[in-house]
Amino acid sequence: MTTLLKRSILSRSYGDRFVAALFQGFAIASGAIVLLIILFLLRESYPILHRVGVLRFFRDPSWHPTSGEFGAMPMLWGSLLVTLGSVLIATPLGILSAIFCQYYAPPRLAPLYRRLIELLAGIPSVVYGLWGLVVLVPLVRRIQPPGTSLLTGIWVLALMILPTIMLVADASLANVPAAYLRGAAALGLSRWAIVRGVAIPTAQAGLMTGILLAIGRAIGETMAVLMVCGNVVQVPDSLFDPVRTLTANIALEMAYAMNEHRSALFVSGLILTGLIAILVTIGEWVNRGQMYD
Amino acid sequence: MKSSVSLTHALKVTIAIASLSFGLMACGNSGNSSNATPAATKKLVLTGSSTIAPLASELAKRYESQHADVRIDVQSGGSSRGIVDARQGSADIGMVSRSLKPDEKDLQSFTIAQDGVAIILNKTNGIADLSNEQIVGIYTKKITNWKEVGGKDAPITVVNKAEGRSTLELFASYFKLETKEIKADSVIGENEQAIKLVAGNPDAIAYVSIGTAEYEANQSAAIKLLPMRGIEASTANILNGQFPLSRPLNLVTKTTPMGLSKEFIDFAQSKANDDIVKAQYFVPFVR
Amino acid sequence: MIKQRPRSRRSSFGEPLMQGLLWSSVLLITGAFMWLCSDIVRHGFRQLSWDFLTQLPRDTGRSGGIGPILVSTGLIIGVCLGVSIPLGVGTAVFLNEFSAPQRWLSQFLGISLDILAGVPSIVFGLFGNAFFCKTLGLGFSILSGGLTLACMVLPILIRSTQAGLQSVPNDYRLSAAALGVSRSAVLWQVLLPAAMPGLVVGLLLGIGRAIAETAALLFTSGYVDRMPTSLMDSGRALSVHIYDLAVNVAGGEQNAYGTALVLVLLLMMINGSVSWLGKRFQQTRILDV
Repeated sequence: MTTLLKRSILSRSYGDRFVAALFQGFAIASGAIVLLIILFLLRESYPILHRVGVLRFFRDPSWHPTSGEFGAMPMLWGSLLVTLGSVLIATPLGILSAIFCQYYAPPRLAPLYRRLIELLAGIPSVVYGLWGLVVLVPLVRRIQPPGTSLLTGIWVLALMILPTIMLVADASLANVPAAYLRGAAALGLSRWAIVRGVAIPTAQAGLMTGILLAIGRAIGETMAVLMVCGNVVQVPDSLFDPVRTLTANIALEMAYAMNEHRSALFVSGLILTGLIAILVTIGEWVNRGQMYD
Repeated sequence: MKSSVSLTHALKVTIAIASLSFGLMACGNSGNSSNATPAATKKLVLTGSSTIAPLASELAKRYESQHADVRIDVQSGGSSRGIVDARQGSADIGMVSRSLKPDEKDLQSFTIAQDGVAIILNKTNGIADLSNEQIVGIYTKKITNWKEVGGKDAPITVVNKAEGRSTLELFASYFKLETKEIKADSVIGENEQAIKLVAGNPDAIAYVSIGTAEYEANQSAAIKLLPMRGIEASTANILNGQFPLSRPLNLVTKTTPMGLSKEFIDFAQSKANDDIVKAQYFVPFVR
Repeated sequence: MIKQRPRSRRSSFGEPLMQGLLWSSVLLITGAFMWLCSDIVRHGFRQLSWDFLTQLPRDTGRSGGIGPILVSTGLIIGVCLGVSIPLGVGTAVFLNEFSAPQRWLSQFLGISLDILAGVPSIVFGLFGNAFFCKTLGLGFSILSGGLTLACMVLPILIRSTQAGLQSVPNDYRLSAAALGVSRSAVLWQVLLPAAMPGLVVGLLLGIGRAIAETAALLFTSGYVDRMPTSLMDSGRALSVHIYDLAVNVAGGEQNAYGTALVLVLLLMMINGSVSWLGKRFQQTRILDV
């Protein structure tokens, strides 16, 4: 609305038109990047998809691209299990932390705690990976070898995505209108009843968005899982079994993959992008739902 | 009407952007060459085997110190990449840590050193020797505990290399294993990663380049090399041809090397630089 | 407002239970994070010195410093910003000032930016390798790495510049129009300066994301740990160096922690400036409106 206003009011000199065209060009270039990425993923994975077909990637028992087996299912499971585990741990902890900051913490502690979480959000994944490799892997190995395992991956990832969930939940709880809370308090509800009955339902969409963001980050995370998960292509039987995720598969083999092997890795990338696209769609849907509420 | 205007607009703009980006690229390129002029005028790119890469880097450093106008970039990435890059011309020289296969005979290869592949264990592991059958048993998970081969009661952590590495191919073909039959607890990329893993895990077993292993062991990595069929894994036994699992380290080119490529290959093969080869615990090329 | 916490004298069974749960989860998280941070600081601090920051890595990084790695990181970030700032600011200005939100281009851009923001960094690495390294023939180089990162930070930059522009009161535009000022003059003289805090925040967030990135750089800027002489040389970024030391170098942990501490300190400085600027940004906005 406002832009239309600007459009008709402001003068349109020759220079203005040039600037407008230039910026439109920049905008088109920015938009083209996504298309370019998808185009190149498709182009690079075309040779293998054309020769063996998509289904082989889901039906072959295992991943031996140099001897013609392209089963990506174990790695898809790896990605999903690591993500599921870490989200299951990080979601309650993250949301509880946010509730703590908003409603329970002593006034001086809340900003400090938020600061701590912000600090952790800023630590790069390779540093989490380094720490996981040096500290957690030997620890898990003492319980059951080899140490590089699904459990270690979940542990490290849970730490990594917790700040995302906590910070988004914190922001959306802060947006709950104070009048709601006062109203509930005036009805004599206990603090926890207010949180559970008023604050959480009101901030629901925000909490969901935080979780979705965290899932996206967990699925896409590469370095930390590459360093601590052991990278064996298998559907794990227990938490102590090593796994390989789709992202780690690319990072591990890309450097020396050639021809069809390389092409198969781009298919890994395509599957990943597909997963993210599904998540973005769910995210849109959650936000839209909130709009119509 | 409005939409048609914006469409032509969009068209014009895309053209503008295209030309702009090409301009930018051109600038980038010219800028680079002018930047590079004082430091280096000639550039040689080597890609391929991660086993050869450290050796090639050391050779490159010495070559650069003797020829101020040359810069040599060494990128590791596995032997198959060395083959493909040399073939496609994206590298001047490929590094391949095995003999060329029959379908690779279109390339020219130049051996610069010999290396072997040996089994490594953690230094604290009591096992001093493993038979070929035991190694096959461990790598196919028929043997899963060290006590089954006479060691302490501890589960074995099997370290395997990722698909496409020539060390894996050599190892598998020597033990007559299909890569699919190998069952591992940890899959790694580079030799160094295997060494680091074994050094940090008392129950791990891995196979790596002998040269790299000896180099790392000398840098105080807590590993030991196992003999193969009773023959000690050492550079001496590769030199006299006794060690069963040995391989040549090759530089490959698409055509008969000329100019800088030729000079560098000659340099790498020359006796004067054997000390570099030995410092990396490889066996110098026998002329 | 919310700070006046609703208090109730009627305590139920759930209340003490929840209190316990909340405090224990907070303690758990704080404990885990203290563990992580103390490890990094304890091991990293010993390595930190002027020599460590300036010298060449020796012995595949086991000893020596990270001089060339800092330079390469700087160059990669430089390339990244050189490309992403004009592109990002231009796009944001276009979206906010020149295009109606209903237009198909705006809608398409909105969706594609959302997707771009969610694409895993390793996929950017694949794309960068295929497009910049192979198709454009830039090879493993600082230029390829920087361009790949530019694609990655673009959504952040655009979104925060947009936020900055949105916070500029519409009165500014109207008054400028009433004075007969041209649109480009309004843009350069009024809008961009007024939106500067948002832009800077986006810039810093972008640098933060770029500097922490590893996966997208593995196959674009490469591993070479020597001092780069041009943008076409391969250069190893700080995060790639940490990865290599942690995974491929036996006995490399000490220097890995040292490098990690340097990286975390850099990021803390960046994040510190972001939140400081963000606060100032909010204050000015409240004063203006």
